[in-house]
Amino acid sequence: MAHNILVVGEMADGAPTSTTLELLGGAQGLAAGGTVSVALLGTGASAAAAKAAGASKAFVSDDAGYDAVKAEQWLAALEAAVDQAGADVVLIAQSSAGRELGPRLAARRKTAVAMDCVKIEDAGGLKFTRPAYGGNAMATYSVATSPAIATVRAKSFEAATGAGASDVVQLPAAGASRTNITGREKAVAAGLQITEAPVVVSGGRGLGAPEGFKAMEELATAIGSEKAAVGASRAAVDLGWYPPSQQVGLTGKVVNPDLYIAVAISGASQHMAGCSGSKTIVAINRDKDANIFGFAKYGIVGDWKAVVPALVEEIKKAK
Amino acid sequence: MHIVVCAKQIPDPETPPSAFKIDAATNKVVPAQGIAPVLSQFDAIAAEAALRIKEANAGSKVTVISMGAESAQAAIKQVLAMGADEGVLLNDPAFEDGDSHTTATVLAAAIKKLGDVDAVFCGRQAADWDMGQVGLLVAEDLGWPAAIIAKGVTTGAAGLQITRVLEDGFESLEAPLPAVVTVSNEFGEPRYPKLPQIMAAAKKTVTNWKVGDLGLDPGAVGKAGSRLKLEKLFIPEKGGKVELMEGDTPQAQAAALVARLMADKIL
Repeated sequence: MAHNILVVGEMADGAPTSTTLELLGGAQGLAAGGTVSVALLGTGASAAAAKAAGASKAFVSDDAGYDAVKAEQWLAALEAAVDQAGADVVLIAQSSAGRELGPRLAARRKTAVAMDCVKIEDAGGLKFTRPAYGGNAMATYSVATSPAIATVRAKSFEAATGAGASDVVQLPAAGASRTNITGREKAVAAGLQITEAPVVVSGGRGLGAPEGFKAMEELATAIGSEKAAVGASRAAVDLGWYPPSQQVGLTGKVVNPDLYIAVAISGASQHMAGCSGSKTIVAINRDKDANIFGFAKYGIVGDWKAVVPALVEEIKKAK
Repeated sequence: MHIVVCAKQIPDPETPPSAFKIDAATNKVVPAQGIAPVLSQFDAIAAEAALRIKEANAGSKVTVISMGAESAQAAIKQVLAMGADEGVLLNDPAFEDGDSHTTATVLAAAIKKLGDVDAVFCGRQAADWDMGQVGLLVAEDLGWPAAIIAKGVTTGAAGLQITRVLEDGFESLEAPLPAVVTVSNEFGEPRYPKLPQIMAAAKKTVTNWKVGDLGLDPGAVGKAGSRLKLEKLFIPEKGGKVELMEGDTPQAQAAALVARLMADKIL
């Protein structure tokens, strides 16, 4: 069945984010003859629309009032975009903004949202699949109302490529918001973000000390700083060994990389909730019975202190 | 300040994966033998946030509300033992098997019935379904502003001062009252009630409201009112059998791993 799909875009450095391009790629596959549109809000939106591959139409406002996402302002614009696009499906990133926009847009349109989807397919109607119970289960839903809304995990679809939107429709400037942002503070490790990186190297409590993360960073650098980032388990973050922004798990970031290397991580379900969607998991752990090996494709049973430097050396050799 | 804390009782998230079972016929989790359900950890943290505001503002009151089975009394009693003043259980067969929307409809109706509520605090998500939307849907139902994933919340001249956790840092914001806030684990650990508080909480009465008490149409709540239809709940296949790298030395194991990853074209 044909679907008119609206992708709620987000921007970074004047272009649609990689997740936005993935949503557009997913939308192209699901539209089946329907239209794919994108909404882009904030400074540079019109220019970014030309880079929104996969969208035929863009609903934009360049108003800087949209730059820091205040949900109430965005919701008013998105409702207008849903109407004008005739959208029966809305795709939103499972991001800080998306976590708030999805449910509130659903409430305003008297419909429902499936949060944190990792798969959407047309099988006699759209089916939305997402992890639940800390990753112990998967749940597949259908939405009985229109538009069907989903927030989608990064790396769930292949990114769209090619030309951006040619038909650009202006949305009104940002309206009122009852909440007022009084400050923002950046707190991230430098470089590639773990949610965007094709390879994530994560360390856990089993590293034994914060210095262990130096070895994780060396491994990431050996793989390539342009594609590998370093994550941490909640236990390691709670011990203050690595910043909260790098936490992988139910209460941290959900990552979906091509390769997830879990070092000295036991694999508690709350951690696996953040990484079980990885295409390949490699586990390095001293305990051959660790839960993580149940999820891993490849494993090394051994002491990370010996294994990780050896791995660094072998990767360098192979390059 | 009158703050409502929404609390949910869930299967213990620490249940070992081997004890986690799903009944395919009903699409429900089979309660693990001998493992009691618990208060969702994020809701305990939301309660902590509410209690700190109560302690900082004389004359404040905290009411804990839970929609769920009769056993959810235990979750309510836990928040009462932490220091909440009153508890309300929303237990009715009509509420069962709903979605986030119907849950929010029921909670919002209870909040309206209480009448004098200044703020609603929820956990950032329930640690069973992990949707993270009930708090926002309650806010939309009530027509109140909302802030999600808070690591700090205090009262201020503008109403509430909130620090949110974003993917790349933190955001400070002000929300006028009444408002809904969802609280994240970055807020800090919830307090553990001591025995005298647990004893005192056991004596506190918990009000039970049914669908009729809330003036709700049974067709608008529970399974009948839900918009998100659960088609299938299943245990995902794990990556399969792990292939352990052979080798007498870490070097040999590492070389074997790199060879595999190169062959798979992921390195």
